[in-house]
Amino acid sequence: MPEEFLVRLEQAQAFEDLQSLILELRDYYGVSHMVYHWVSANGEQYGCGTYPPDWVQTYIDKDYLRIDPVVIGCYQRFHPVDWRRLDWSSKASRALAADAARFEIGSQGYSIPIRGPNGQFALFTVSDHRDDLEWDEFTRENQRNLILIAHYFNNSALMIERGRTPTAAKSLSPRETDALTFLAMGYGRGQVAEMLEISEHTLRAYIESARLKLGANNTTHAVARALAEGLIITGGATNGAVGNWPGRYELQGKQGVA
Amino acid sequence: MLRYIYGSDLPRFPNLAETMFLDRADQFKHRLGWEVELDDRGWERDEYDALNPLYVIWENVDGTHGGSMRFLPSVGRTMVNEHFGNLTGGSPICDPRIWECTRFCLSRGAESRIAAALMLGGGELMRNFGLSHFAGVFDARMVRIYRMIGSSPTILGESGTGREKVSVGLWAYSPEARLRVSKSAGISMALSERWFERAFGALQLPLSA
Repeated sequence: MPEEFLVRLEQAQAFEDLQSLILELRDYYGVSHMVYHWVSANGEQYGCGTYPPDWVQTYIDKDYLRIDPVVIGCYQRFHPVDWRRLDWSSKASRALAADAARFEIGSQGYSIPIRGPNGQFALFTVSDHRDDLEWDEFTRENQRNLILIAHYFNNSALMIERGRTPTAAKSLSPRETDALTFLAMGYGRGQVAEMLEISEHTLRAYIESARLKLGANNTTHAVARALAEGLIITGGATNGAVGNWPGRYELQGKQGVA
Repeated sequence: MLRYIYGSDLPRFPNLAETMFLDRADQFKHRLGWEVELDDRGWERDEYDALNPLYVIWENVDGTHGGSMRFLPSVGRTMVNEHFGNLTGGSPICDPRIWECTRFCLSRGAESRIAAALMLGGGELMRNFGLSHFAGVFDARMVRIYRMIGSSPTILGESGTGREKVSVGLWAYSPEARLRVSKSAGISMALSERWFERAFGALQLPLSA
């Protein structure tokens, strides 16, 4: 592997640089896809890579993060994982695999988990359509360099987005964020519960936990705090993936979301 | 048999976990006289056990601990860098392809082949996970054991003397060492690979739904 890639990764100033490097690296290794994927403590996803934008959106829309055997198999661990070693037997993960096949993500994959500071967690993945023997050979030949590249991506991402390093105290779960966002948009509790497809009782629990996290006296206060701290954004966008996922901005344009 | 268990999964193996932490107390506190802390259960656990390390553990036939070692990635917090930084030749060991190996422990009266079995397990980690080296902290007694089982580290630095001597060393992966260690352990490489697959999964094709 040309050292030049590592030097350029180290010098990356913005996510656009990482995005163009990952495209080059994908082509250099001749694989179908290469993705750097950062998952923050509150489930926020962030990264760069070569997946088709429609697949990224499908992954977010279907909330695959919660059931993805790759994420489950890598989270809080530190050994690289060949996707063939994971448990794909559940109905949910079979559905994910079928969707991934539809977007031609690849029948093989190799994911490298990265443990960063303050509970930061990231994954670096290559996926491809090689057969078993070819894939064995590919991973055997390249895994050490891929591990190195994965860590260079993460170090640069941490540098670029230093301010994003999650602080546990003030992060809301996706459901808490959804609940407060709809309340901020002026919906009543009944409507919010209906939209989130949960009971009012469950909704109350989310609001209460969000209120405690924010140190607010009541719901109105909690909503105001969350707005002020930028934890929720009204006007359509809830806690979807943010960051420079490839094609994210095009998708937003299509949907008319600011 | 050899087990590979992350700290977060240890509660699923209560007997193995308990006997491991008790054996560690016995070895490091009582036999070696190291300044380690025991908790109210008499377990030797330190701050690195709280970082969800990966343990390689020899499980005796009766389900108790026969020997173990503990791995953490050197890009995160490690004992080598935080406590033995003076022994690593000036710069910290920080490389995604180097894992730290600490708390190499053998239960009292353990057969010598258990030490070799553990090294064989370490070799599986290196081979399967693209590692170039382990960096380890070990006591003087281990130098002889490592030599005996055919897997000697390169010593980077040492402090103290006699029983209190502590060394930091680097193990590089080599297929020849794997063969020697497999022979010392009396465990075939095929069996070792089955144990590894039991912990980390066998290779099956996932996306052919």
